[in-house]
Amino acid sequence: MKLERFYGILIPILSIILGIAVGAIVMIAGGYDAGEGFYQLYYGIFGEPYSIGETLRATAPLIFAGLAVAFAFRTGLFNIGVEGQVLVGWMVAVWIGISFDLPTAIHLPLALIGAGLAGALWAAVPGVLKAVFHVHEVITSIMMNYIALYLTNDILRRYIGITNERTETVKESASLASTFLSELTDFSRLHNGIFVAVLAAAVFWFILWKTTLGYELRAVGFNKSAAEYAGMSVKRNIVLSFVISGVFAGLAGAMEGLGTFQNMTLNASFTGVGFDGIAVALLGANNPIGVVLAALLFAGLNIGGLSMQQVGIPPELIKIIIAFIIIFVASGYAIRLVIDRFTTKKDMAKTSKGAGK
Amino acid sequence: MGFLEVLYIIVPIALAYSAPLIIAALGGIFSERSGVVNIALEGLMIMGAFVGIVSSLTLSKMGLGAASPWIAMLIAIAAGVVFSLFLAVPAILFRADQTVLGVAINMLAGGLTIFLVRALYDKGQTDSIPNRISKENVPFLSDIPVLKMFFANIYYTSYIAIILAFVAWYVVFKTPFGLRLRSVGEHPMAADTMGISVIKMRFIGVMISGGFGGLAGAVYATSISLNFSLTTILGQGFLAIAAMIFGKWHPVGAMGAALFFGFAQAISIIGQQLPVLDQIPQVYLLIAPYLLTILALAGVVGRADAPKAVGVPYIKGKR
Repeated sequence: MKLERFYGILIPILSIILGIAVGAIVMIAGGYDAGEGFYQLYYGIFGEPYSIGETLRATAPLIFAGLAVAFAFRTGLFNIGVEGQVLVGWMVAVWIGISFDLPTAIHLPLALIGAGLAGALWAAVPGVLKAVFHVHEVITSIMMNYIALYLTNDILRRYIGITNERTETVKESASLASTFLSELTDFSRLHNGIFVAVLAAAVFWFILWKTTLGYELRAVGFNKSAAEYAGMSVKRNIVLSFVISGVFAGLAGAMEGLGTFQNMTLNASFTGVGFDGIAVALLGANNPIGVVLAALLFAGLNIGGLSMQQVGIPPELIKIIIAFIIIFVASGYAIRLVIDRFTTKKDMAKTSKGAGK
Repeated sequence: MGFLEVLYIIVPIALAYSAPLIIAALGGIFSERSGVVNIALEGLMIMGAFVGIVSSLTLSKMGLGAASPWIAMLIAIAAGVVFSLFLAVPAILFRADQTVLGVAINMLAGGLTIFLVRALYDKGQTDSIPNRISKENVPFLSDIPVLKMFFANIYYTSYIAIILAFVAWYVVFKTPFGLRLRSVGEHPMAADTMGISVIKMRFIGVMISGGFGGLAGAVYATSISLNFSLTTILGQGFLAIAAMIFGKWHPVGAMGAALFFGFAQAISIIGQQLPVLDQIPQVYLLIAPYLLTILALAGVVGRADAPKAVGVPYIKGKR
């Protein structure tokens, strides 16, 4: 058990180091100055209050997306549909934000709840199909992503109304914006969403480890048949897991709609938040603290990467680094194999010495 | 405009958009029939489109003229095979989660190609290729009324895609190789017992799929988009996966589904200019392929079942 915990921490850290090493190799191979690149990356994250604010701003949706993926993972399900759930959540949050006139105490929670419900509804489709028809959730979630992409654009165009590719700005009473946070960070777009996100991580922990529901969800994740035998409804838990995961994903959309942008634009392609969420959950080992830390890391990379442009390095380098981090974490078995080989050799050497006496 | 005239416009466009979908779907079949989930088709297509455009531009500069896009396709196939090793090695040797890998590879392809475009050309997208795959009229056949919709204004790549579908069907279902490929995807332990190397067959399956993915991207790039940018390949890989499932992991079935999806795409692109079709909101046509795939999976439109061992790493001696 101790060894498991050791690997649980070692593999993500090794993967980050290896991923950044690949980034360095790519920079050198592309004829760029890697040292300068990494300095710009560092400066782009920690250099100024503004960049710190932007990093934290980008962290909020990533925490939610990471929690969404991790929650489903805990029940043995792969929610690759976060991307679509983010879009519907974003849309509903903005729609509520612009169409009602209510006091903040009602309007903001209402917009957040709406976003969560929209995400839940979108996630319920693959959940129900998995539970009732045994359809693999990965494929249905991917299909739901594209349906969300085209449908939200259509609804924005035809019903919500757009000018210059974007909707109206949400009312102040539904906005997550914070003048205090913004001024504190040299007028970055940092908003109150980061607090909501950290709170959500605590809720994630509470549901999974402190409630009967969470116990059942995890039991289904560990061993479906055993859970069924113990009298738990696997079907119900699959649907619930997807729905709760969808709430987190929908709220990630609300972070963008009520916080970062205060509106919604027509999307030619996906936001990338959902796919980054998979990376976040994986690196964070589906653990709430891990997810928050991984979200901070990836947000930092994404924001800091923008500064690399100043020395001519394409910011796409960050995508390459993140992709390799995922590949290395997923290949944890190989990392274990290498470590085990070294350690067992040592043990063998010890025993053979002992035998010699 | 009469019904036939509308078909004369739509069918060639549908065939043009179907070609890359058919080819990529065939790639998916080779990988998944061997037991490796291939969400990475999108990434393979991105890579293929990028390599197809860059080599096409380079070859044109070298003065190869009209041959350059065709040679570029061959280079893209090779690039796809190599790139697919990022899926094959971790998935088959290191038992990594194949879906997770697919997501990573798609991200890698998107990042790496645009990184390289910026590094090579100092801008976010490439120039348009001077020598494209052009529309052809098949001699004689393109003069026959009605039938000419299949033979006039057609890219030869559409025919290649359809021929490849039948070749793939023959290889997968009528050859010993195909039997071995399918056996490691259905019951790897039984196959192993019979002396078939699961690892080797899966590597071959994924690499073939890489070649098809690369070709599919290059076909799209050299016949339709003509340059490469972030938005060149936007979901075509996933649409191909949908076609593969809708066609029940059967090459000819997948071809049929891809043709149908290509038709839906064609209508969504030019339907606005045609009578009757301009009444259908574009969004229905855009989401139709995805919706139908979900219905197919749920068993509403004939049940689609994946190869049994798909997505499960093979561990020797594990029951």
